[in-house]
Amino acid sequence: MTQRHGIDRRQFVKLVGGGVVVLVTTKPSALLAQRRRLYPEDLNAYLRIAEDGRVTVFTGKIEMGQGVMTSQPQMVAEELRVAFDAVEIVMGDTARCPWDMGTFGSLTTRMFGPVLRAAAAEARAVMLRLAAEKLGVPRSKLVVENGVVSVTGQPTRKVTYGELAKGRRILRTVDDKAVLRKASEFTVMGTSPLRLDGHDKVSGAGHYAGDVRLPGMLYARILRPPAHGAKLTKLDTSAAAKIPGVTVVNKKDLVAVLHADPETADQALSRVKASWDKPQPPFDTETVFDHLVKVAGKGEVTSSRGDVAAARTAAVHVFESTFHKGYVAHAPIEPHTTIADVKSGKATVWASTQTPFPTRDRLAEELGLDPKNVRVITPYVGGGFGGKSAGLQTSEAAKLSQITGKPVQVRFSRAEEFFYDTFDPAAVVKLVSGLDANGKVSLWDYHVIAAGDRGAAVFYDIPNVSISVAGGWHGRGRDLHLFGIGPWRAPGANMNVFAKESQIDIMAAAARIDPVELRLRNLTDERMRRVLQAAAKAYGWKPRVAPAGKGRGRGVACGIDAGTYVTLMADVTVDLEKGTVHVDRVVAAQDMGIIVNPTGAKMQMEGCVTQGLGYCLSEELRFTGGEILDRNFDTYLLPRFSAVPKIETVLVRNDELDPQGGGEPAIVPMGAVIANAVFDATGLRFYRLPMTPERVRAALAKKGATAAAT
Amino acid sequence: MKKTIRFRLNGKPTTLETDGDRTLLWVLRTDLGLTGTKYGCGEAICGACTVVVNGEAVRSCSVPVSSVDGAEVVTIEGLTRGGKLHPLQEAFIEHGGFQCGYCTPGMIMNAYAFLRAHPKASREEIVKGMEDNLCRCGAHQRIIAAIEEVAHGAGGAS
Ligand code: FES
Ligand code: FES
Repeated sequence: MTQRHGIDRRQFVKLVGGGVVVLVTTKPSALLAQRRRLYPEDLNAYLRIAEDGRVTVFTGKIEMGQGVMTSQPQMVAEELRVAFDAVEIVMGDTARCPWDMGTFGSLTTRMFGPVLRAAAAEARAVMLRLAAEKLGVPRSKLVVENGVVSVTGQPTRKVTYGELAKGRRILRTVDDKAVLRKASEFTVMGTSPLRLDGHDKVSGAGHYAGDVRLPGMLYARILRPPAHGAKLTKLDTSAAAKIPGVTVVNKKDLVAVLHADPETADQALSRVKASWDKPQPPFDTETVFDHLVKVAGKGEVTSSRGDVAAARTAAVHVFESTFHKGYVAHAPIEPHTTIADVKSGKATVWASTQTPFPTRDRLAEELGLDPKNVRVITPYVGGGFGGKSAGLQTSEAAKLSQITGKPVQVRFSRAEEFFYDTFDPAAVVKLVSGLDANGKVSLWDYHVIAAGDRGAAVFYDIPNVSISVAGGWHGRGRDLHLFGIGPWRAPGANMNVFAKESQIDIMAAAARIDPVELRLRNLTDERMRRVLQAAAKAYGWKPRVAPAGKGRGRGVACGIDAGTYVTLMADVTVDLEKGTVHVDRVVAAQDMGIIVNPTGAKMQMEGCVTQGLGYCLSEELRFTGGEILDRNFDTYLLPRFSAVPKIETVLVRNDELDPQGGGEPAIVPMGAVIANAVFDATGLRFYRLPMTPERVRAALAKKGATAAAT
Repeated sequence: MKKTIRFRLNGKPTTLETDGDRTLLWVLRTDLGLTGTKYGCGEAICGACTVVVNGEAVRSCSVPVSSVDGAEVVTIEGLTRGGKLHPLQEAFIEHGGFQCGYCTPGMIMNAYAFLRAHPKASREEIVKGMEDNLCRCGAHQRIIAAIEEVAHGAGGAS
């Protein structure tokens, strides 16, 4: 069971000093009740208005590029009625911020946003009450703007938040009455102020975990096995120990060399002699799918309606497909890095992590310390995408610091990063669908192996459906694999949507129906219809049956993720000789409810499209058994500048709905939209990602041979 | 082998007594305390460690510190003069040419050297010039827009 040690109130108030402090605590709230199911019970948010009128937000969330360092203060400024630049934010520091389960799953805005807004709205109510007392008028006569409360119609009778906060120590918890402002009233939310982390990031002044330097700090390099599952049989560290200044640690499974200079530590590691017993590789990049099918079991039916067997007999066309996708790395450019300083029963840790609080609790256990004495500080995180949740490097740095009595940095090399990543799992989807004579999908029999259920649900109106899921990226799903797997940006949904939305196009092509038309014919979900139509309009989609052939093609794919609806349309050019696929243009339309920061939302959509190119076209981890063959970016190919299409983003307004997720949705239809466009360009249907030039060439050659033979 | 290495670093004369085989990246990040230059791959593939040596973009993870003896070295910290950001830095903020920001110093330094050599570069040339710098967050489109603005708006890097 996770321990949840938030700092207590007294401690917190002492910490922040005077002023007005608003806490959101366990008190049940009608406003929050409906949204808090996915959130820990003891969620706390803190907000403080200081005597100089400045507002500070304390949140356990972290900034890893998704822009919440800017969007959270926007929400606070909006509800509290202060200028955006009067708000500061303190993030991811376990000694100063309230407990938080971690930054992932597009939850920051969706789940945490309403809480934060409620806290700010409550703070506004407190300020109004204080102002009413001070100015001697009823609250209803007051207006507040820019942190100044004044009497309606008498702008000179006023008092600032700062003046109201002076000399006070007010502690409030949010009650049920905090009324949030409506989208139509927004002045700060719905705008795109320049990002608060901009200056830090362009000037080189912003710190990431590895930029923290402590006096006497040692850089550690750790002995790693050549393959997962390998056993150490012989070890000789004597040559390494001879290098002046090197400390050798050999404790249980942890063999490390440390030095004040990182390169000397590298050299020391290269002098450690080790022999290993490597297990026979049971499967590899190509045979993993058979393995998964064999061991995953039948799984669980997650959704079922109608009669799938009867529908199969009745269908005019039946389509049977199997889809594959390999392991994909997170590959943040910042490798996992942690600096730990453990001494006199206390630990202070600077970590590149998406989960500072769970990391703190885990460390306390590992080090045998009271969680109160462990502090995790999260500087800027250089990309996470779900991959910085586990944090082996943090445990190692802390242990080594405890052993040596010195501050220790552990920074993964790129090869370690590829070895210890918690990959997006290889996965398989088996899908049987059917179409009736009117182009209505009558049957959907879906079985996913190893990807999990996110994105597996169908949003088309299909009368006969069965969806079953065997294995996923968490829990026992991990047992299917030889190395670490875990959440990867919209975990599982990339695979599921690739399969589902490819299948729709397979049916459309066979029935000679335009793929947008086929979707609309089977879709009554209004939100999805609107988003699809918005994309079609922005793209300029004209009905036509695929494939067009001749190396140029277009595609469409839809998805729902984290409460957000998205449609992508893409143009591709396929080089029929080289087999390379270039994506020329992507139109992305998205309904994400209320939009907190439009530019920020667009940046996330562009990031999704650009990053998504990788798993579609070039990224697939290669391995033999537990041995990872990709060790750096020379063989594991990330999308580069020349690969990036012209990306046009369309935000479909929906102010009736609270803000939904923005960091993940637009990546989920990437596999299908590109595969569908490649089909349109070549007539070739790809059932496996990525569509590497070799695979495209091979498919083109096979098609050519078949054509020549007939 | 210790040796004396003299160079100008961000406009300031700098002298080091150190092993000339150490890589420039780690000397910058440790001895000189300039942590804006990042480690990403260690093998001259990603560009996160890019600094400018005698006007050219260099991958500091893959050159010995001895190679900058007598040279003019500029790191991301050196682009900001008297607290004023360089036009490229301004443009990166303005266009949102970063997300996590980890690739950003390398991107900006590469663009800085590139624009010095090709002040009026076309969009296509900029894409080519930036091709070997990796960004995992997918900020590419905005990075190009930022560089383009400096190339065409302000007349190239100064
Ligand atoms: S760290 Fe030098 S190029 Fe990647
Ligand atoms: S902004 Fe994150 S790697 Fe480029």
